[in-house]
Amino acid sequence: MSSLSRDDVAHLARLARIEMSEAELVSLSSEFTVILDAVARVQEVAGADVEPTSHPLPLRNVFRPDVVLPSLTTEQALSGAPSQEESRFRVPQILGEEA
Amino acid sequence: MALTYDDVIAKYEPVLGLEVHVELNTKSKMFCGCTTVFGGEPNTQTCPVCLALPGALPTVNEKAIESTIKIGLALNCSIAPFSRFARKNYFYPDMPKNFQISQYDEPICINGYVDVEIDTDEGPKVFRIEIERVHMEEDTGKSLHVGGATGRIHGAEYSLLDYNRAGIPLVEIVTKIVPGTGKYAPEVAKAYVAELRDILRSLGVSDVKMEQGSLRCDANVSLRLIGAETLGTRSETKNVNSLRSVERAIRGEMIRHAELLNKGERVVQETRHFQEDSGLTRSGRSKEQAEDYRYFPEPDLVPVAPDATWIESLRAGLPERPSIHRKRLQEAWAVPDKEMAAMINADVLNIVEATVNLGADPTKARSWWLGEISRIAHDKDVAITDLTITPSDVAEIVALVNTGELTDKLARQVIAGVIAGEGEPAAVIAARGIKVVNDDGALMAAIEKVCGEQPETAEKIRNGHLPAAGALIGAVMKETQGQADAARVRALLLSHLGQGE
Amino acid sequence: MIYLSAAHMAAKLAAGETTSVALTQSHLDRIEAVDADVHAFLFVDSQGALAQAAAVDAKRAAGEKLSPLAGVPLALKDVMVQKGVPTTAGSKILEGWRPPYDSTLVVHLKKNDIVILGKTNMDEFAMGSSTENSAYGPTHNPWDLTRIPGGSGGGSSAALAAFEAPLAIGTDTGGSIRQPAAVTGTVGVKPTYGGVSRFGLIAFSSSLDQAGPCARTVLDAALLHEAIAGYDPKDSTSINAPVPQVVKAAKSGDVKGMKIGVVKELNGEGYQSGVRIRFEESLELLAAAGAEIIEVSAPNFEYALAAYYLIAPSECSSNLARFDAMRYGLRVGDVDGASAESVMNQTREVGFGREVKRRIILGTYALSSGYYDAYYGSAQKVRTLITQDFNKAFEKCDVMVSPTCPTTAFKIGEKSNDPIAMYLNDIATIPVNMAGIGGMSLPSGLAPEDGLPVGFQIMAPAMQDQRMYLVGAALEAALLTKWGAPLLSQAPALAGK
Repeated sequence: MSSLSRDDVAHLARLARIEMSEAELVSLSSEFTVILDAVARVQEVAGADVEPTSHPLPLRNVFRPDVVLPSLTTEQALSGAPSQEESRFRVPQILGEEA
Repeated sequence: MALTYDDVIAKYEPVLGLEVHVELNTKSKMFCGCTTVFGGEPNTQTCPVCLALPGALPTVNEKAIESTIKIGLALNCSIAPFSRFARKNYFYPDMPKNFQISQYDEPICINGYVDVEIDTDEGPKVFRIEIERVHMEEDTGKSLHVGGATGRIHGAEYSLLDYNRAGIPLVEIVTKIVPGTGKYAPEVAKAYVAELRDILRSLGVSDVKMEQGSLRCDANVSLRLIGAETLGTRSETKNVNSLRSVERAIRGEMIRHAELLNKGERVVQETRHFQEDSGLTRSGRSKEQAEDYRYFPEPDLVPVAPDATWIESLRAGLPERPSIHRKRLQEAWAVPDKEMAAMINADVLNIVEATVNLGADPTKARSWWLGEISRIAHDKDVAITDLTITPSDVAEIVALVNTGELTDKLARQVIAGVIAGEGEPAAVIAARGIKVVNDDGALMAAIEKVCGEQPETAEKIRNGHLPAAGALIGAVMKETQGQADAARVRALLLSHLGQGE
Repeated sequence: MIYLSAAHMAAKLAAGETTSVALTQSHLDRIEAVDADVHAFLFVDSQGALAQAAAVDAKRAAGEKLSPLAGVPLALKDVMVQKGVPTTAGSKILEGWRPPYDSTLVVHLKKNDIVILGKTNMDEFAMGSSTENSAYGPTHNPWDLTRIPGGSGGGSSAALAAFEAPLAIGTDTGGSIRQPAAVTGTVGVKPTYGGVSRFGLIAFSSSLDQAGPCARTVLDAALLHEAIAGYDPKDSTSINAPVPQVVKAAKSGDVKGMKIGVVKELNGEGYQSGVRIRFEESLELLAAAGAEIIEVSAPNFEYALAAYYLIAPSECSSNLARFDAMRYGLRVGDVDGASAESVMNQTREVGFGREVKRRIILGTYALSSGYYDAYYGSAQKVRTLITQDFNKAFEKCDVMVSPTCPTTAFKIGEKSNDPIAMYLNDIATIPVNMAGIGGMSLPSGLAPEDGLPVGFQIMAPAMQDQRMYLVGAALEAALLTKWGAPLLSQAPALAGK
């Protein structure tokens, strides 16, 4: 289980939206064999009786009141946009589902 | 040869699953302070949080949590003593973080139900729709597809993104699978969404406007042979945007599935889009390759653990359930079933109730809203609630009719004036100079004038031919520009012509 | 003047012996002179810094009451968002981005009139222990320019050690404040998780990231700590409680009767001999100062590294999803007919460095369906066990101590092709992040075999950050007496221009 094939890495790269060269896929796959061996050690002590900690602080119910605060100006919002048009972010064609 | 609906239900049993997304009507967004007002200029309602700028962190809107708990309580759910937000990871340009903050295995409300009543061949029957979960999440931005066919994503050259809507609080209400509705499946689904809408409206947590997208329904449908145990493959029809469409979409999907199954083909598990014009659905993305959303607890937010005191205070403040409320109103107002149904269908029950609460007689209030005002709304092709006339205007008009200060005919003129934006009833009456002529002297003058003009008709009446009075009364009314009380005119006319009681 | 402590600079400013403009200018001159060799800075905001300095001087002249560090310059790690100032987190994917908002930490700095000199170099998105993973080239350790200054906050630690700034901000996810402090002979503090707002800190691993003060003395770190700490309603994980009195503790340095627990598992095998020598010596000095030294055990610490390399990559795979070429930052491959998806893929391929991609892929895997329980889920359980280890140990002692890292600074390039060897650098610092408690590293001298600085780590229970300052101040005072001058005075002079 503690290894990832080239195809596994390719699948993960697709999920993570990172294009990868063949060489990168192969080298990552061999690196992962080592890394996964090392990290899989967590399973040695992770018994069913141990509660997971997703958060270091025992905080609960942190809310903010439903109050409107100032937004950015359109100019600020778009200030980092690689491309814009009509006060909107311009992005390449979206393939896939119709929203 | 196309199958009929009857063919389908003779052989198959439909199984439903409904997911309803509701935009909450909080003032600010789910995780930031940007306004949620509908229809702002593009990208004027964004901030580092809802644009997912590097470094920004979400904070939870308390009102949204409260609204969600209220929804859960109204849907007979248990409120989880501990629930958590989770990240649902997938890339899509309308979702700035490329993950949606949602809830996964620890939703805030679980295991509820909604009862809906529909008319069946055997009379009214209650169907219980079980609710699996109610959870919180956030809406996405909106994309405008440019180039290619009209605004469609396919063939577009590029897209323009507006993130004003990104981060508006959404509540998702998911049913368990709904078997056993048989041929009534489409109607049950419609009744369920309608009931849900009424409940949400009574809670005041959402605008529940399907046409504006503040209430959206995704309908899962599958068929299995009658008597079969295993579920068939389902399709998911997205964003069905009216009650009527819910019914049509499900009916259409049932027929489509049955046609495939009858041909020995298989139903593809996929997302489909409902086409309002044709009533058919169109294939969207195939879900055969299940998305891997890589859910994990949202580390930027802490768990929601509502205490019993909070929950109970929210429960205590819940309004009467709409179905019970309706029954109570019907009894109190002594309305026949048919009239009640008419009010519900026309969506005027709430405004009629508000009008009655302001002192109007239920029958009068009902007939104004359902009659004259509905007609105007219909002519203008707008929702009745979008007209400028309010329950208090109508209550005032009803009162004026009662005291004889307005006739029904004049009241119609006042209503037209209010709807035309001329102000409240008093203002319209003043501006238009509307008033009932109840000065007998003025009426007598008109009567004498009319009798003089139509001596033959007057003579007939004198001779006891009372039906002829109508023509003269009409002439008098015309003479007085409709401002006279017709009953009074009749009495004076008959007495003038020697036919008094 | 640049060789003084921040507290001393502040005193001179308060006494009118110098101005903030003069002080700022002398640091800008120093940066100009030596940063070509050190490469601590990615961006030097001369104009902004001098304007801020002039404004403080004007306030002081007008007799306004100023904060303790008003007018003292500071170097800001480039992971912290500052309005209008290029902020890259050491990544190509953010090259040229100028944020339209300030992080809460920057708001605090500005309120305290602390002068921001510029942005310091770092491993890309804080992933690394050497600053070699910066897309803009490595930073060099002022003690030996062929060696790493630690990471991810190597720019901040090097800036301090090279006297380019008396104060700096770091962020610590698995040791990124403490390890650079250790290998550069400076002081770095990771406050209790939630002690300093994360709003505007470009997230690497949200449940582990914590910003904190970097300085050359314990007192300076304490002064900066109080300036930046405090509850922030914009950060849901921020602690809504008074800031621990760390300045008071740093001024006191009284450890009489305190119990100091030496972590059995963070000493011994794998630790360089000079590191152990300095550690033992520090323990003796603390004992001499009146503390009681005991041994404590934390059996699950050995799993911390494995758990960390699942939790941090998992969270980062999600946190870094927003860098998608749609709204800001780099965009690659936007040619006619290209799809949004292919532009995202290409941009992320080009915009992210190798280590970042490695961790994103690892995290994507650890969270994927079918593997979640085995990896991410198990790692979270280890987190619980580590916290329990700390809790048990803190029943017996007031603070826990260990060497900050197993070795002194290694050579640039030495470990860059061996991720596991690189990860081992953080073996002693990671448990603190896993439990969300506080940790400090301060210099404990030079390793005899290579003459390079060694760090001493102090760990305190959550919200008891002042205990680290008590112990740190005591040790610092004892060492200063022994050395006769601050450790950094032994660092080789930088040739400069």
